[in-house]
Amino acid sequence: MDWSFFQKYAPDYIEAGILTVRIGLIGILLSLLIGILASSIQYFKIPILRRIVAVYIELSRNTPLLVQLFFLYFGLPKLGIRLSAESCGIIGLAFLGGGYMAESLRSGLESVRQIQYESAYSLGFSKTGTLIWIIFPQALSVAFPSIAANVVFLLKETSVFSAIALADLMYVAKDLIGLYYQTTEALTMLVIAYLIILLPVSILASILERRLQYAEFGH
Amino acid sequence: MQNLGISILFKGNNLLRLMGGLWITVRISLLSALISVPLGILFGMFMRLPSRLTKLVSRIYLNFIRIMPQLVLLFIVFFGATRLWGLNLSNEFSAVFVFVLWGTAEMGDLVRGALNSIPKHQYESSQALGFSKGQTYLYIVIPQTLRRLIPQTINLVTRMIKTTSLVVLIGIVEMMKVGQQIIDANRFEYPTAALWIYGVIFFLYFFTCWPISLAARKLEKRWSN
Repeated sequence: MDWSFFQKYAPDYIEAGILTVRIGLIGILLSLLIGILASSIQYFKIPILRRIVAVYIELSRNTPLLVQLFFLYFGLPKLGIRLSAESCGIIGLAFLGGGYMAESLRSGLESVRQIQYESAYSLGFSKTGTLIWIIFPQALSVAFPSIAANVVFLLKETSVFSAIALADLMYVAKDLIGLYYQTTEALTMLVIAYLIILLPVSILASILERRLQYAEFGH
Repeated sequence: MQNLGISILFKGNNLLRLMGGLWITVRISLLSALISVPLGILFGMFMRLPSRLTKLVSRIYLNFIRIMPQLVLLFIVFFGATRLWGLNLSNEFSAVFVFVLWGTAEMGDLVRGALNSIPKHQYESSQALGFSKGQTYLYIVIPQTLRRLIPQTINLVTRMIKTTSLVVLIGIVEMMKVGQQIIDANRFEYPTAALWIYGVIFFLYFFTCWPISLAARKLEKRWSN
């Protein structure tokens, strides 16, 4: 193991790590927004939109991100829609994550029992008030573990971005392997970088998950 | 004269070649699933052993595999193993190896969750009814576990098929690579080929995974009570 390699190329990894996290975070936030929107459309059973959302959820959940990215990055320019690699990455991640988030939120909303609505109405809550103060907190506590799992999953999926020439962690590692043939060092640093990014997220998720369980009714 | 892009699919045996690529993807994922299901069941039981050491070992394994992106694991096995130990693994073997490592961890966690979901009184009741330990598992625990486990396992298979799309990045000639070859070979005759080919690949993946997901959901609903 060549330790000077670590010192020399740490800045490259840090830069790439920041890019990974930045695109990952934007993608995750957008996918949460899409998820909230899609699950509310399904929750309020809005006529035609509901069908579109159902199709979207199936499409995004049953296709791999790599294929979505290739379509966005190599396919769409043929229609005259030219996107930068970064926007392709963000759009792809949001498209993929939106479906997953919508499913998590939907199952959370479905898990809240009818009696909760009835009790809230009889206590004088308005319809929106019931949703905001009674239903949503309970739904969120049920949905949280799977939302957290989605966040980790989406951060991991960013590793595919290297295939459309985004200079993320994977890309830097591949580059260094190609340039200097120091495979062991480059891969070790890659593993360390992903651990630094993902370990805190997954630990935080499991702590929050345990704490949020108290919010569920009857526990 | 420019050709209509979509007709590239029907030129020669292009569509057939794409389907052949899809079969390679599906074959790798099915093979990995077939190996990782029994290993995962064993790993799930291993995780429930009442020893601290086995718990620690299995948690480290599970969490490491879960945290690392599958692409990183593929690179470690395909490039790292060659470099470190001089093992010259073929790319298909590396892919199956990684998916088995990953599938075993995920399957083990599903098995553990399913076993834990059986309440203690089920064991006690069957003991009170005079079932032996083996009979308790055979007639009481395993049937209830399976109802939970089978839909989740089917879902794991679709996840595997989707993840197998990554193998193009370690040089396996599957659907994406075949698609690229078709696009490159027809660059001048069909300038819009990329749109159609990648669109078709998108839907081929969708129509492979979607029926499987639907089946899992149907089973889950039927067995939920």
